[in-house]
Amino acid sequence: MIEFRDVEKAFGDNVVLHDLNFSVQQGDRVTLIGPSGSGKTTILRLVMTLEEATDGYIFVGGEPLTHEERGGKRVERSKKDQKRIRQRIGMVFQQFNLFPNMTVLENIIEAPVHVLGQSKAEAGEKARLLLDKVGLSDKADAHPTSLSGGQQQRVAIARALAMDPEILLLDEVTSALDPEIVGDVLAILRNIADTTDITMLIVTHEMQFARDVSNRVLMFDGGKIVEEAAPDVMFSSPKHQRTKDFLHAVLGDADGTIGTH
Amino acid sequence: MDDKFAAVGEAMPRLLEGLRVTVELTILGAIAAFILAVILGLAAASPTKVWRIPARVIIEFFRGTSLVVQIFWFFFVLPLLGIDLHPLVAGVLALGLNYGAYAAEVVRGSIQSVPSGQWEATTALSLGPVQRMRRIIFPQAWALMIPSLSSLLIHLMKGTAIVGYITLADFTFQLDQVKRVSGTLFTYGIVGMLGYFLFALLLTLAMNLLERQAKHKLGQGTSLRRILSPAPAPTTRAGGIQ
Repeated sequence: MIEFRDVEKAFGDNVVLHDLNFSVQQGDRVTLIGPSGSGKTTILRLVMTLEEATDGYIFVGGEPLTHEERGGKRVERSKKDQKRIRQRIGMVFQQFNLFPNMTVLENIIEAPVHVLGQSKAEAGEKARLLLDKVGLSDKADAHPTSLSGGQQQRVAIARALAMDPEILLLDEVTSALDPEIVGDVLAILRNIADTTDITMLIVTHEMQFARDVSNRVLMFDGGKIVEEAAPDVMFSSPKHQRTKDFLHAVLGDADGTIGTH
Repeated sequence: MDDKFAAVGEAMPRLLEGLRVTVELTILGAIAAFILAVILGLAAASPTKVWRIPARVIIEFFRGTSLVVQIFWFFFVLPLLGIDLHPLVAGVLALGLNYGAYAAEVVRGSIQSVPSGQWEATTALSLGPVQRMRRIIFPQAWALMIPSLSSLLIHLMKGTAIVGYITLADFTFQLDQVKRVSGTLFTYGIVGMLGYFLFALLLTLAMNLLERQAKHKLGQGTSLRRILSPAPAPTTRAGGIQ
């Protein structure tokens, strides 16, 4: 579903990702972990086309995302092609990024109406189902700024799902939330993971969530994958010293593993 | 003193006529300036050089030349090239271009001040550049630009006072006429000051209401309806958290 082939991303002289190769199968739930600055978020931003790779190729559903190889050269794809592929991808941000000039419902139906060409009635009906799913059916006409952070993030999840994405990118979606609200948002995402086959690429510091939801965990450091394993293996018996150190630091456990709590 | 009041009273119809011309120039000039500011501001905020460079040239040119020279140019130079403009058109054009160039910078700056997260959300939702600007970015930039546009509007209003040079009988021109009978101090010092000041106050109040309404749309502050309603405001609930 997603494939990185020799991807390099540099900001000026600062090379964030170097010769990165990995792929994600359809329906996979892959969590990227690692210290900050290790390039995890950059990977999501590359897939969402918020950033452009400086070299290499990214494929989504077998198709090149922004650049393709033509006659041995790396050429940019047309804006039209990029937009078509981008529509298969949805993203939820750390800071929610709801549109403050619109109500909750308007936020959700904006893209279905103006990008997919759905009627307002059709999009509105679906939006209400999604709001129900995230537990906010009474907030359709509320203003985003009148909602708590957790509620805003749930609206943002509904907004991303309204576009029926095949791939959902979750960028530290609970990092800006109060600890007591984190659980609600994660429960909703877990429910989505259980009831759909959306491919998910997740950057999170919630190791328990990573363990519950994902089927693969990639440990990043310095723009490279240092270890890759199923979550139960990764969290109980990490092989690489960097992984051990990292897990120890985030979990605060003596042995750096999450067990049965 | 009485004779001065009498002189001004007698000249009142002329002063009002002058005020009408000033109001007309202000409103038409502001409309022209705003349209221009939006076009130039959007072009100047564009990532494409083809839009950005011409916009920058126009903005710098009209910001960098004097309003008086511009108005002379439209009224005295253009006829030499075979283009005759009605003085009102020349006045509106000069005011529109000069203040439009300043306002374009306000528009550009406000557009670029909309948080990057908003732009990124539009990309994540596959909105095209036109939809993004029209439906998401501009409505938010609008609330940011009103305070600066408001002070430019007052500047423009005061700037209209130079149209006397091109045969338009505006408020300042009429004051000049009345001065001969009622004296400089009284006419300029009191009638003139008060006339412009009250008009400026009216414009400021109107712009403040516009700003409140724009902010309310973004979920900040109370609604205009609630402020203007005679009933006591209910304790805040739907107004939202700032």
